[in-house]
Amino acid sequence: MARVFMKGTEAVAEAAVRAGCRFFAGYPITPQNEVPEYFARRMPEVDGVFVQGESEVASINMVYGAASMGVRSMTSSSSPGISLKSEGISYCAAARIPMVYANFARGGPGVGSIQPAQQDYFQATKASGNGGFQMMVFAPSTVQEAVDMTYRAFDYADRDRNPVLILADGVIGTMMEPVELPEMKSDEEIAAMKAAKGSWACVGHELDYAHRSWIQPGQWSTARMQEVNEEADALYRSWEKDAQAEEYMVGDAEVIIASYGISARIAKSAVNVLRAQGVKAGLIRAVTVNPFPYKAFDRINYDKCKAILDVEMSIPAQFVEDVKVGVKERCPIKTCLCSGGNIMSREAVLAAVKKIMEG
Amino acid sequence: METNLCVAGFGGQGVMTMGKFLADATCNSTDKKVTFFPSYGAEQRGGTANCFVVISDDDIGAPLGDVMDDLVVMNGPSLAKFLPTLKEGGTLFINSSIVSDDIARKDVKVVKAPVTELALEMGSAKVLNVIMLGVYVGYTEVIDPAVVWETIEHKLSSKPKLLPLNKQAFEKGLELGKSQR
Repeated sequence: MARVFMKGTEAVAEAAVRAGCRFFAGYPITPQNEVPEYFARRMPEVDGVFVQGESEVASINMVYGAASMGVRSMTSSSSPGISLKSEGISYCAAARIPMVYANFARGGPGVGSIQPAQQDYFQATKASGNGGFQMMVFAPSTVQEAVDMTYRAFDYADRDRNPVLILADGVIGTMMEPVELPEMKSDEEIAAMKAAKGSWACVGHELDYAHRSWIQPGQWSTARMQEVNEEADALYRSWEKDAQAEEYMVGDAEVIIASYGISARIAKSAVNVLRAQGVKAGLIRAVTVNPFPYKAFDRINYDKCKAILDVEMSIPAQFVEDVKVGVKERCPIKTCLCSGGNIMSREAVLAAVKKIMEG
Repeated sequence: METNLCVAGFGGQGVMTMGKFLADATCNSTDKKVTFFPSYGAEQRGGTANCFVVISDDDIGAPLGDVMDDLVVMNGPSLAKFLPTLKEGGTLFINSSIVSDDIARKDVKVVKAPVTELALEMGSAKVLNVIMLGVYVGYTEVIDPAVVWETIEHKLSSKPKLLPLNKQAFEKGLELGKSQR
């Protein structure tokens, strides 16, 4: 397939359209303004709907509504905007509504900075809103991966009747890279996907009080609320099989970098530099950050590995907490960090690995 | 083999477009990996603007490297800001119509091109970036000039009136770049 040169934000939007997304509502925020801009132009071409909401809160609730109708729906934003959407995301999770959203994360906390960061890790993986719900969270490290993950995210969302998050950052969003775009779902396929949601979605039912669609982000009875939460918990536990990691030159490694997203690709290039210099470095990159690929850390040869180096664009470090759970104190964990909109430096990663090697 | 390029100048000089033309042409014509990464923020005409292009045979790590192999400087402030990032033995391409400062570093190659004056002589200051792109491609031969021109032609296909001037600009740049090899 021919490769095309696309900006991350636009490539994600195109991937969503090709996956059958026919409703997008969003609100502008740097560095993801091209997502709504692209959908505004593209949706009319495929008989889809684009809405620029009056706010983030309005946009996520429009997605909640459209997805309740069985339509593949999406929103996107960047860090502070995602915080504003968190109420609606929690409602979607409570009502078990499949939808996809993307966070092109920037520096924080607060309004922070508009430059790229990875400071929304806990928010993305542990508490994207009230109530302790969880979502599958994918962390792309290239524009191609952002495309592939977005395309598949709608399938996971439909499979689980649950929101799915693409946790990207300002670099993935604003950079351009060659991509191969996935196949466009046909109108027939899209109609079939919607029809398959007929058992629960508001797709137009006969007048039948007992079997009507009833979308509710909560339960009147505490007993039922507990049941719903137990069902959700069973779903979250079933994701262990879906955890994905890239393990690169781990076998004989004396230092293993643990990272994800944009930091991980920079770390991977550092591994290549180190290997060329004869330093036995390796990389474990979390592809899904929820479910977290803890098992990848069980495959490390701890007799050889002197230390794990956590590389992330967040101060204080967040991803490292999941790395600790995976490593289970089998070797020391060091960190190489930056924050606030600064992009991870390969030189900094090289220096951190060398420091470990020198003991 | 990996080349890290930074293009920097005033907003309005077309530095983003120059980087995009080069990166897009690389994507279209080769199997090489390529990234284009713009500085972003409160960019405006007359403010500073810069972008980074990485062209590589292998997977690219940071789209914004720590050290630049090549640096294109369109104005004075960009020289001061980015010259320290140029590697030893790297190549500095200067818009010598505007940047008249002495180059403090003696460990880099300098390619001077008066692109603002040349563009004005051709009748439009706007083509200075295309002249500089010609200079860069002519000097470095990083990719085939023919495919760069095809990309420009494609990008400007909705404005065919602009093609002759841009072709003249690109060819002038190429000639200038090659002559300084």
